Amino acid sequence: MKALEFLRVSKIYGAGPTEVRALVEVDLSVATGELVAVMGPSGSGKSTLLTIAGSLEDPSAGEVLIGGSPLSAMARNERARLRRRSIGYVFQDFNLLAGLTAVENVTLPLELDGVPARRARAAGMAALAELDLAEGAGRFPDELSGGERQRVAIARAVVGDRHLLLADEPTGALDSANGEAVMRLVRAACRRGVAGVVVTHDAQLASWADRVVFLRDGRVVDQTVPPPGPESLLAPGHSG
Amino acid sequence: MSVRHALLALLSEGPRYGLQLRQEFEARTGEVWPLNVGQVYTTLQRLERDGLVESDAGEDGPQRNFRITPDGLEELGEWLRTPPDLSSPPRDELVIKVLVALQVPGVDVHEVIQVHRRYVVQLMQQWTRLKEDAVEADLAFALVVDAELFRLDSVIRWLDAADGRLRRHRGQPAEGPAALPRLRRRVEVRR
Repeated sequence: MKALEFLRVSKIYGAGPTEVRALVEVDLSVATGELVAVMGPSGSGKSTLLTIAGSLEDPSAGEVLIGGSPLSAMARNERARLRRRSIGYVFQDFNLLAGLTAVENVTLPLELDGVPARRARAAGMAALAELDLAEGAGRFPDELSGGERQRVAIARAVVGDRHLLLADEPTGALDSANGEAVMRLVRAACRRGVAGVVVTHDAQLASWADRVVFLRDGRVVDQTVPPPGPESLLAPGHSG
Repeated sequence: MSVRHALLALLSEGPRYGLQLRQEFEARTGEVWPLNVGQVYTTLQRLERDGLVESDAGEDGPQRNFRITPDGLEELGEWLRTPPDLSSPPRDELVIKVLVALQVPGVDVHEVIQVHRRYVVQLMQQWTRLKEDAVEADLAFALVVDAELFRLDSVIRWLDAADGRLRRHRGQPAEGPAALPRLRRRVEVRR
């Protein structure tokens, strides 16, 4: 099943001589349980693609479908509900609220959605425990390390019944060990049926994805084909 | 990869049979470098000739037990501390291909770069999948996979940098075919 679909999506900012074509007729489809990385240099349209996928911005042309439903046909409140319930966001700078503890940050989207506090807290604690952060649940963001903060952000992005995880350079501020831990969590979420889109310029991060889509000047220029199984790397005669 | 020094390293832990050395070599390198038995015995013979290992006289074949000598230990210590040759630029086929693509009429160098970028990212996906599935405790394997990923990552970074540099220079007068021989000369001088 397709969790996210872009049908000839374009995004144009400004007009006339200042016009910027951030996305040009992008077709993209992400299946349930699939992790797709969108790779491209700065200014290639990666972040625009992500904000449109998350319905935070509207495309100038084309259609975006989430779980098969076109966003353009949804009323504002329907879209707001979809954002709260179905879509999780992870950003490079974590975007945690400094005045809330780890577990309060995680449960915030549920509580905004009207989930009773006790039930929201139980779901938040479960999400944190899964990321090995149960002990830090009562701590504030500035009492957590960078790696821990990003785990809280991931817990917040997958808590409840999320179908789509959108991440913008989620390991950008982390060292390689913490970056790897974050990507293992994203992969685990996808194995549980979440569709993931990660935008990045980092090939090591992108290599965690099932498929890598290359973006250049707002256009999808190429994508990886499913590679042969990793066993082929170990076949006799492979020089390493 | 020096099989010779890998065998000395294994023997520095205690005497071993040839077959045992092969199994341990493969296990320690995360089974990424397969080694055939013939290679092991040929290398052991040379090490013995050079006085770096010794074996029981009379025994032959798989029953022959090898030990490291004091000279062998010294050789191993020196090898571990000798930096590999990273000083001269390697004869990098990829760099040459991109340089040549610049000169060939009708070839889009960015398309050539993208073909290589996609191939390297696919290789990295395979290595990452291996890492993902690997047992946390298999330290040797994790180190080998990390090394491979960082090496491939540096290739991507160079491709990205080359792509960006070429785009910035687009529209400026081409340097002409002189660029390649001149670079070649410079590389030769540094070798």
